Amino acid sequence: MRFKLKSFIDNVSLPFVIVGVIFTYGGSAFAETSLPVPRIDTGDTTWVLISAAMVMLMTPGLALFYGGMVRRKNVLGTMMQSFIAIPVISIQWVLIGYSLAFGPDIGHFIGSLSWAGLSGVGLMPNADYAPTIPHQAFMIFQMMFAVITPAVISGGFAERIKFSSYLVFLLLWSTLVYDPIAHWAWGAGGWIKNMGGLDFAGGFVVEINSGVAALAAVLVVGRRKGWPHEPIMPHNLTLMLVGAGLLWFGWFGFNAGSAVASGSVATAAFVATHIATAAAALGWTVAEWKHRGKPTLLGAASGAVAGLVAITPAAGFVSPLPSLLIGGVAGVLCYCAVVGKSRLGYDDTLDAFGVHGVGGTWGALATGLFASTAVNAAGANGLFYGNPGLLLIQLTGVAATWAYSFGMTFLIMKGISATMGLRIAKDEEEQGLDLTQHGESGYSM
Amino acid sequence: MKKIEALIKPFKLSDVKEKLTAIGIQGMTVTEVKGFGRQKGHTELYRGTEYKIDFLPKIKLEMVVPAEMAEKAVETIIAAAHTGQIGDGKIFISSIEEVIRIRTKERGKDAI
Repeated sequence: MRFKLKSFIDNVSLPFVIVGVIFTYGGSAFAETSLPVPRIDTGDTTWVLISAAMVMLMTPGLALFYGGMVRRKNVLGTMMQSFIAIPVISIQWVLIGYSLAFGPDIGHFIGSLSWAGLSGVGLMPNADYAPTIPHQAFMIFQMMFAVITPAVISGGFAERIKFSSYLVFLLLWSTLVYDPIAHWAWGAGGWIKNMGGLDFAGGFVVEINSGVAALAAVLVVGRRKGWPHEPIMPHNLTLMLVGAGLLWFGWFGFNAGSAVASGSVATAAFVATHIATAAAALGWTVAEWKHRGKPTLLGAASGAVAGLVAITPAAGFVSPLPSLLIGGVAGVLCYCAVVGKSRLGYDDTLDAFGVHGVGGTWGALATGLFASTAVNAAGANGLFYGNPGLLLIQLTGVAATWAYSFGMTFLIMKGISATMGLRIAKDEEEQGLDLTQHGESGYSM
Repeated sequence: MKKIEALIKPFKLSDVKEKLTAIGIQGMTVTEVKGFGRQKGHTELYRGTEYKIDFLPKIKLEMVVPAEMAEKAVETIIAAAHTGQIGDGKIFISSIEEVIRIRTKERGKDAI
């Protein structure tokens, strides 16, 4: 019966398609005529597929951004830590990750494994996530988020981690930390989503999660040899800027693509993203100029990333002027966080926590201040639109993400440290990751 | 024969080289070096943290000339590399025992 229906729906009109969808994905339920008919929209599908490709490009962008900021002996090892996340996490995502994050809910905490190997994740839309695009388009778009998130963490412990240990960390962290938190905020039945928490494109899931994980990770790994009494400086800031540019570009896919449709919400998110990023780039530059007397390019680029981070949870829920404020505050706030690092004494090499943890937390809370249903009816009003409750919800989500990400990351890192070891040897650290871990060097001159 | 080693500011290199070739110096070796003298270093700024850079980039020129040309070469270098600012550099002069051109096996002045 099921087999017959499946072959039948390929040839008949849409009302029958819904029957097939429910039959295939929903088990035994029969179609109700009142249910919305899932219909693939070509514009929406185009935008989400392009967005997925744009978000994919962010990870090589991150490799350039990070690679330029480390010393020349570590450029390839650092780039590799970002780049290798693409193949490793893509496969993890197909096999179990997507199912754990978005599969049928278990206790509002995690998805079940019934979609493992993309079983049942087909080319018809899934009404829970994106009713107008093929389910696999949503799956591949989300895959790129799962890829870049652990790559962001690598900025925290850059320049001192064994590659083999990093690979184990990647897999464990994605499975035990990313997938559950993605389920909380985005999965059907996830508790943050159920509570009404707003995370448009990954403020909780990507930014707070990666930033706080980086903080926990560097506390386990410890400082680099020589930090902070020896000057350790970026080796190629031109690479850094190419990376920052690719991140800014790709982030339009990240945020505006998270509308999973190509209409007004995508446009609002695109506009908010750009405004906040511009404001944050200026905010950081001016703060550094005032504080240290010089406006630096690294500062302008770092500010841009801080703005992209902060607007991520808010992008599809806020109007242009609030996004200006969210970005401007993010630029100054993240600058202060980064400057404060050496006083607190933790060696977050590339400021994964200072930018993503701090900027993400600000953005998630700011969503509770500035969200407006005038921008997105599917969202909610924030404090400044008469609903203080949303701020409390956002705060709960932030606290839970902080606690879970920090605790689990700490345990994972401790576990790896106790079994296979985390750090390269002291003399290897002297020589650099490129030669000792990969047997190659970035520059022949 | 004398060897002249001159440490100069990098942006003065093309000036110095042109003036030296104009007075008949036929070859030189140039190296990018780092160091410090009375000028000390400078500070650089990365993400709000200041770093003290002790070693500044300089250019080291080396050339071997017949003894009678040494003084003229030195004066030429001084004239071309001088800015009057701290960090203009230094010149070292030493005696050379022998010079050999590998291709022809010529020795002494002919080999310069």
